[in-house]
Amino acid sequence: MWIMAARRILIGIFLIWAVSAFIFLITQILPGDAAELILGQTATDASLEALREKLGLNQAWYTQYLNWIYGLVTGDLGVSVAGGSTIADLIKFRIGNTLFVGGIVAVISIPLSLSLGLTAAMMPGSMIDRVITATTLGLIAVPDFFVAIFLILILAVGLGWFPSVSYLRGNEGFLKSLYVLTLPIFTLVLVVSAQMTRMTRAGILNVMSSPYIEMAILKGIPRRTIILRHALLNSIGPIINVIALNLAYLVSGVVIMETIFAYPGLAKLMVDGVQTRDIPLVQACGMIFCTTFVVLILIADLATIVSNPRLRHPK
Amino acid sequence: MKAKPIFQCRDLKIEARPWAQEPIEIVKGISFNVFPGQVVALIGESGSGKTTISLAALGYTKPGLHFSSGEAILLEKDMINLDYEEKRLMRGEHVAYLAQSAAATFNPSLTIGEQVIESALLHGALSKETAEKRAIELYLALELPQPYMIGKLYPHQVSGGQLQRLMAAMALVEKPSLLVLDEPTTALDVTTQIEVLKAIKKVIREEKSAAIYVTHDLSVVAQIADHVVVLYDGVIKEQGTVEEIINNPKHSYTNKLMAAVRPTPKANLIEQSVLESEHSNSALVVKNISAGYGGTNKRTPTKLVLHDVSFSLNHGEVVGIIGESGCGKSTLARVISGLLPASSGQILLNEKELHPSVKNRSLNELQLVQFIFQMADTALNPRQTIGEIIGRPLTFYHGVKGKKRDEEVREIMRLVELPDAFMNRRPTEISGGQKQRVNLARGLAAKPTLLLCDEVTSALDTIVGANVISLLKKLGEETGISFVFISHDLSTVSSFADKIVVLYAGRLVEQGTVQEILSPPFHPYTKLLINSVPELRVGWLEETLKKQSTEVGISGTVEMTDVGCPFYNRCHIKIEGLCNTTSAPLTSSLSGHEIACHHLDMALLE
Repeated sequence: MWIMAARRILIGIFLIWAVSAFIFLITQILPGDAAELILGQTATDASLEALREKLGLNQAWYTQYLNWIYGLVTGDLGVSVAGGSTIADLIKFRIGNTLFVGGIVAVISIPLSLSLGLTAAMMPGSMIDRVITATTLGLIAVPDFFVAIFLILILAVGLGWFPSVSYLRGNEGFLKSLYVLTLPIFTLVLVVSAQMTRMTRAGILNVMSSPYIEMAILKGIPRRTIILRHALLNSIGPIINVIALNLAYLVSGVVIMETIFAYPGLAKLMVDGVQTRDIPLVQACGMIFCTTFVVLILIADLATIVSNPRLRHPK
Repeated sequence: MKAKPIFQCRDLKIEARPWAQEPIEIVKGISFNVFPGQVVALIGESGSGKTTISLAALGYTKPGLHFSSGEAILLEKDMINLDYEEKRLMRGEHVAYLAQSAAATFNPSLTIGEQVIESALLHGALSKETAEKRAIELYLALELPQPYMIGKLYPHQVSGGQLQRLMAAMALVEKPSLLVLDEPTTALDVTTQIEVLKAIKKVIREEKSAAIYVTHDLSVVAQIADHVVVLYDGVIKEQGTVEEIINNPKHSYTNKLMAAVRPTPKANLIEQSVLESEHSNSALVVKNISAGYGGTNKRTPTKLVLHDVSFSLNHGEVVGIIGESGCGKSTLARVISGLLPASSGQILLNEKELHPSVKNRSLNELQLVQFIFQMADTALNPRQTIGEIIGRPLTFYHGVKGKKRDEEVREIMRLVELPDAFMNRRPTEISGGQKQRVNLARGLAAKPTLLLCDEVTSALDTIVGANVISLLKKLGEETGISFVFISHDLSTVSSFADKIVVLYAGRLVEQGTVQEILSPPFHPYTKLLINSVPELRVGWLEETLKKQSTEVGISGTVEMTDVGCPFYNRCHIKIEGLCNTTSAPLTSSLSGHEIACHHLDMALLE
């Protein structure tokens, strides 16, 4: 098991490295360089040369790559082309926002979807099961921005209960922030839970037809215990993986959501960076997103390995 | 017996309701009683409804089935009409179930101990300490190794036979009044079957519980049952005491069942079928084959499964490969077919050497060696029709297409005795025995000279299995194909093969003609195998268990040792200091066949 786990971790590290090389390579292939971007088309050769010197663009590509990696690791990401403030500061503010929303959504949606999925699996074919499967299917089928706009229409425009724009200055208290963020959080909980609920239900029902579940029924085990002990333990692998994918989505995939609610999150920062051709910023955001994905999937893989007794206790 | 019955089945009817179709009656009015301390056997071939009836004692039906009328009264309660919660309280505590495959019925994610005592704890029948104590008592009674530790292991960490006994412990923890045993030994090797039968019989006696024993094997019934109910197609054909049924069967169907029981392998019963074949050239020669799994290089596997195995086979002959599970039988077939390239040694087909790997063999070589897999269920593509399955090799190897192909397919189907109408059916629409015939037909369609049959009858019940064997015999005579026939069942092999190769722990321990193998001198392992085949008479189990060779033999398990004789730990005539240090070479015995044992012939004669 340890060898397998170690191998997974090594693969994870390799993946992150490969991603960094890829991101770096792409910016190298793009025509023009940062100096031209900063100074624009009217720049003289002399001023370009001076800026290149300052930014270290005249060095060999591998020195540039190593400098960049060193900067990533130490948090020195350079200065944003657009705003002039350091990239590290920009990201710090935005990542805080993203993690705040993502964290709250995770805390609500994981227990919610697990219990909904389990409830549906416990009574397959029942009214509750049908309501749950139909609703979640609907939520998955409808695009997330539609859900968001729909909620804004009803809860913000129609009823006026919550603000439709979630702009935070950073000095609000926790409850006030929560209030401002109610709509995006609500939207994301709906979107994310739908998938996890369905996966939990499917995972459980998949093992419910195994002979050991029939045996448990014939041993006179209550249905609750059968689901929670016998079935859940054996379907945990796929469930963890879906959770990991959804968490990763909460960090990097919520660009539309952030745009609709004008919420200053990390994904939106990256999109803005693309618009202003702020290459170092885009690079840094890309690295963060990819690393989040790799790390979360790695954790899911490790959890799957640990939850398998055949790997935990070899013969 | 004058006591009141523990369980009464009264005019029980169960039907299946396929979606949007008329219900089909599966069980058609069954009545029988089980008295305290009595073991009632339900016997019949697959599809007779025996498992369905036995589950009625727990008030349970498989998905898709339901009780239509009748009663299943356990301890004065009709299990059928209880609600879920009431049934739940009866199950485990008053009636317990033992399934056919323990490997599938234990939850892989929980420890054995947790699962054994789980039901007792949830019923509040026992406290945790008492339940654990009771479980250890049962482990001791069932003669499980390390009774104080085994509960902490996970199901994959113990052997199949042990798991089967652990399931018996799980069933017995709450001292149920009735045990339902569903083919508990069918999936096991003969030697393991003895071990489990012995344990189950002992525990039933000691616990004074009644039991319903479901099986298709009359020889097993003779060992364990008091009362026998013979079922066919959901109807009772005959019932009576075990002596009545075994010694004096009245119904023609019971007679048919008796006839399908393969005769116990005895040398004198088998007609000499040895072809003295000095001039006929050999169809297959396997020379010093070693093979195994693991490792990055195919030539140096990390785990060696076959050690230096050699045998040969003449045209039109059948060689039986026999041994317990894990002894390398299937690996040998995989090596011959090239699916698993040997790490060393040679394979000669029609006196030409074959490349070890299937990837490097020519189309012609591939065509000449065909593999028939054990599970027709998984070996046949469920989306193809039977005609397509059999037709594929015709097109692939011989380029036959269109009408000509259909004609040839029909011819092959006639050869394996399948009706032409099956051409357009799919594997899911035919029975297990018929699927095995299709499996066989696909192999024949390639027109091979050698068929590798890997346990082709093991998943079939007695009557269907016997039919497949007679079909194979006929095919051998008509086509002149040579067979490598792999089985753990000595009686099947000896009824069909010309030669037998006995494998143990990946080594060849004895080989010769059927006659030579079944008569002394025996390798101690061959002797154990022969003695373990159940005989169709009451009292056989006790007699066999008294034999020292069996007692020692079933107490040990296969060990893959590199030093000395692999059978050392299970041998009743081992020589300390010799057998555990040096492995015995294959030498010619008195009768002329080869045995790998340090003993001189005299010791092996008895």
